[in-house]
Amino acid sequence: MAAEITISADDVRHIAGLARLELTDDEVERFRGELSKILEYVAQLESIEAAVDAKDAGADLPPARRFRKDRVEPWPDPGTLHAEAPDFAGGFFRVPRVVE
Amino acid sequence: MRREATALARAVRSGETTAAAAVEESLARIAEVMAGELHAFLSVREDAAREEATEVDRRVAAEPAAALPLAGVPVAVKDNIAVAGDRLDPPHGAATTCGSKLLEPYVSPFDATAIRRLRRAGAIVVAKTNLDEFAMGSSTENSAFGPTLNPHDRGRVAGGSSGGSAAAVATGCVPIALGSETGGSVRQPAAFCGVVGVKPTYGRVSRFGLVAFGSSFDQIGTLARTVEDAAQLLAVIAGVDSHDETSVPDPVEDWVAGLDAWDPRGLRIGWPVEYFGEGLDPRIRSACETARDRLTAAGADVVEVSLPHASYGIAVYYVVAIAEASSNLARYDGVRYGFRAPAPTHATLQDLYFRTRAAFGAEVKRRIMLGTYVLSAGYYEAFYGKGTAVRARIRADFDAAWERVDALLSPTTPTPAFRIGEKVEDPLEMYLNDVYTVSANLAGIPAISIPYGRVPARVGGGADRPALPIGIQIMGPALAEKRLFRIARFLEREGGKGGAADGSER
Amino acid sequence: MVQSGEAGGGREAGGGYVPAIGLEVHAQLRTASKIFCGCRATYGAPANTQICPICLGYPGTLPVLNRSAVELAVTAALALGCTAHETSIFARKHYFYPDLPKGYQISQYDRPLASGGAIDIVLEDGSRKRIGITRLHLEEDAGKSTHTPDGTLVDFNRCGIPLIEIVSEPDLASPREAYLYLATLKQTLEYLDVSDCNMEEGSLRCDANVSIRPAVQAALGIKTEVKNLNSFRYVEDALAFEIERQAARLDGGRPVVHETLLWDSVRGEARPMRSKEESHDYRYFPEPDLEPLVVAGGWREELRSRLPELPQAKAARFADRYGLPAYDAGVLTATRALADYFEAAAARFPDPKEVSNWVMGEVLRVANERGEAIALEPEPRPVSPDGLAALLRLKAGGKISGSAAKEVLGIMARTGRTPAEIVAERGLEQVSDAAALAAEVAAVLDDHPDEVAAYRGGKVGLLGFFVGQVMRRTKGQANPELVNELLKERLAR
Repeated sequence: MAAEITISADDVRHIAGLARLELTDDEVERFRGELSKILEYVAQLESIEAAVDAKDAGADLPPARRFRKDRVEPWPDPGTLHAEAPDFAGGFFRVPRVVE
Repeated sequence: MRREATALARAVRSGETTAAAAVEESLARIAEVMAGELHAFLSVREDAAREEATEVDRRVAAEPAAALPLAGVPVAVKDNIAVAGDRLDPPHGAATTCGSKLLEPYVSPFDATAIRRLRRAGAIVVAKTNLDEFAMGSSTENSAFGPTLNPHDRGRVAGGSSGGSAAAVATGCVPIALGSETGGSVRQPAAFCGVVGVKPTYGRVSRFGLVAFGSSFDQIGTLARTVEDAAQLLAVIAGVDSHDETSVPDPVEDWVAGLDAWDPRGLRIGWPVEYFGEGLDPRIRSACETARDRLTAAGADVVEVSLPHASYGIAVYYVVAIAEASSNLARYDGVRYGFRAPAPTHATLQDLYFRTRAAFGAEVKRRIMLGTYVLSAGYYEAFYGKGTAVRARIRADFDAAWERVDALLSPTTPTPAFRIGEKVEDPLEMYLNDVYTVSANLAGIPAISIPYGRVPARVGGGADRPALPIGIQIMGPALAEKRLFRIARFLEREGGKGGAADGSER
Repeated sequence: MVQSGEAGGGREAGGGYVPAIGLEVHAQLRTASKIFCGCRATYGAPANTQICPICLGYPGTLPVLNRSAVELAVTAALALGCTAHETSIFARKHYFYPDLPKGYQISQYDRPLASGGAIDIVLEDGSRKRIGITRLHLEEDAGKSTHTPDGTLVDFNRCGIPLIEIVSEPDLASPREAYLYLATLKQTLEYLDVSDCNMEEGSLRCDANVSIRPAVQAALGIKTEVKNLNSFRYVEDALAFEIERQAARLDGGRPVVHETLLWDSVRGEARPMRSKEESHDYRYFPEPDLEPLVVAGGWREELRSRLPELPQAKAARFADRYGLPAYDAGVLTATRALADYFEAAAARFPDPKEVSNWVMGEVLRVANERGEAIALEPEPRPVSPDGLAALLRLKAGGKISGSAAKEVLGIMARTGRTPAEIVAERGLEQVSDAAALAAEVAAVLDDHPDEVAAYRGGKVGLLGFFVGQVMRRTKGQANPELVNELLKERLAR
């Protein structure tokens, strides 16, 4: 990781595409500058010798993992969940056609 | 509100007053504060709270011996904690918005575990409080519904992201409130608003129902005017939960009993040198020294300790927490709940995604972008991998410190509350405000901020400006909440002054 | 031409290429509830009725791992010869799709549940080939999208059902081998009862990686991914299509491009999916909401000790213990239910080969006619092993003819009565009394002097006619062997 991090407008657009964020040209320019600055700051981590270990990801492990028993405990009223949807009809959640 | 939560609950249990009266008092004060446009609240559960108060009074009458540690106590809850509502019944249909347009129309069909426990203890949720959108911010300026102003100086921020909860307690609308922390979001606004703020050990409180930001950091925390109330509230909501694998199974002790009797003889209190360097307001440093001297005078030993990786805390936080955030916010897509961009604008599914998610605010977009970047192909090891490795170093620093000391004393923030708009244009500057708080989140350890005096708004400032509260912080090893409450209570008793604002009665 | 592997089943496609195929198989685990929530995990409920805030990814919800899902996955891993790792880690796999509620799938990535196994497939020539299994991991299923002209409809009932993904090495050298691998894997998972493996209902799904290389080249060629191979026929058709497509490209001097294709069974072709530039940037990272999964030695060994006998071992034992031909042993061990049924019946009748013939023949036919599967549980189908053994005893003792036995079997299945009752009630017992039959034979010959003369004149084919006449007079109850004998004797005089 280089200490100098430059992010291009295309990088910003690529990342925005991955995250499904619509950005105006102004936002692209602003984020380009801000992200570069933040990433440069974050790049100070490079100077630390530290090994990567998957266990580092979470907090300290509790002594014994807990499981859920395989018991059916259904949600009492799926209708409440249908009612939250922006477009629910005929038993289905609806979205515009997926163009594939 | 006149009374502290513990005193009020006692009065309700003894029949001296009622939950209904307590809720009315709270609602009246909320109405007053709302008229003053501090903007601490996003919704008030007027009808629901009144009904629930009646129910609590019934429970008190029916089972006088029932363990209702918060009988009749009005609580304000940060609006990223799920409080069940019924969308078909408007008086009970308060949304859980997270301060975001994306969830403006969202009504949670379930209670967070912490809320269930509050209800069981006899508490009543009266209002949902303002916050930075999805708890992302240090000033509550990132709320999609406008910033919360500091009750001590309306030109200044309340802090964030639990700014609404801090202001609600500071203005006496409620004696206690819930906030949440990912990187200092309870302690920093508590310090800015002059109230007590607690960040418990990671896993102490179930995260079920807390809308996720940085999942390996997030914790619900408590805000109160007194250490005792903050401890009582935490005791009610803490404990293992079958809905959260990461909740810790360790028993919750009685954190309130014996609080006043304790004295610091033999306590080894650490003075982390890295927390007293450049950028710290000298008056806050001096408040810490006063606290240190009080502890020493009462028999504690003060030991200087070093946390060599402390200065990397913000950098680690802004890699790991933000990576998790970008993932946690992927679900807001307009398909199953919440906001969807109006129909004519999306001919295809991709349009739906992009237009809907365009409704995120600037800070949320910035963090999604940053988090997506650090997880994307080719950068994972350099950023996320490295970040988690340094996080382990920070944790190890604390573990080494606990070999020598029982707790650490430090400032909560480098400065008192800053001005509205002061840091909006410089995200990094805003992030650096969390430098003293974020380490506890990275290490998963408990920490408490208590008000410790007030200072004029500027160094050397005159009496023409209102005085701003400042906070000091105690951090301790994982699961050492009891010790922190005792130290905090000692300091509170021995002259911490932060206090209520805007005419709230103490 | 494309050279086949040992199977000898490759199809000609021009040029001397060797295919290398690896399969990724997803199997739904047979749990009562979903992997991270308490919703029912059954198939076939009305759309969006088996959902809750957790599997819909509501704000503030968290997953909690279902213990049974882990046990079933570990069981599968052990049976497939994998190393089941003591610690595995869940990871988030990110992509946007309307049937993926959280914007990520909880899966496993660099620390899977198990790795390094193998299964043997039996090729057409009877030889065995070992196919490596790279890894096996646990993950959650997504919902189901249905695309209509008016939009896409999403049903989340399936979302959160536990899956295992089983990834093979690219050891399969022909579409036929891929078919055999999938069939063997399916049979194994069914034996273990970890999945019902119903491809029509989507509880077993298959994708493939395909590459070809010149026969003289050691390194694998560039692979493509073919998705949607959700029936056994599609697997062979789609792989054959893709191998030919790749061969045609290489023959035409165009390299194979790494891409994902979707098999269209209606048109019989694999078409590239519109590839999004970022389609493979899944941004995996360890799932912070779930603790690492630790399956310690004690638990693992307990699961190992509960593994059932697997099909190939069972077939070998059947051949050895019951003296059955390899063919019979293979057919009878096709499913655990069939094998158990055979063993129950064989325990009650002394001639295992006779039992085998009947189970593979008449019993299977009767079961098919009745739309049932041969099974002991929950009730024996189509008849009880006791009943079958009693029937075979009647036949062996000459009490009933073979054709009567077949008739009785059908009635047993319909009525549940014992064979003895049915034989008595319907008068199906055959006449084996030589004196009584001799009289019937004499009467038939007396009635047909012309035919007798013709027979004696050399038309020996008329014997059947005489037998038929005797059977008619005895209403089919005469012992046919005895009738034959008596007729020949009398006609020879």
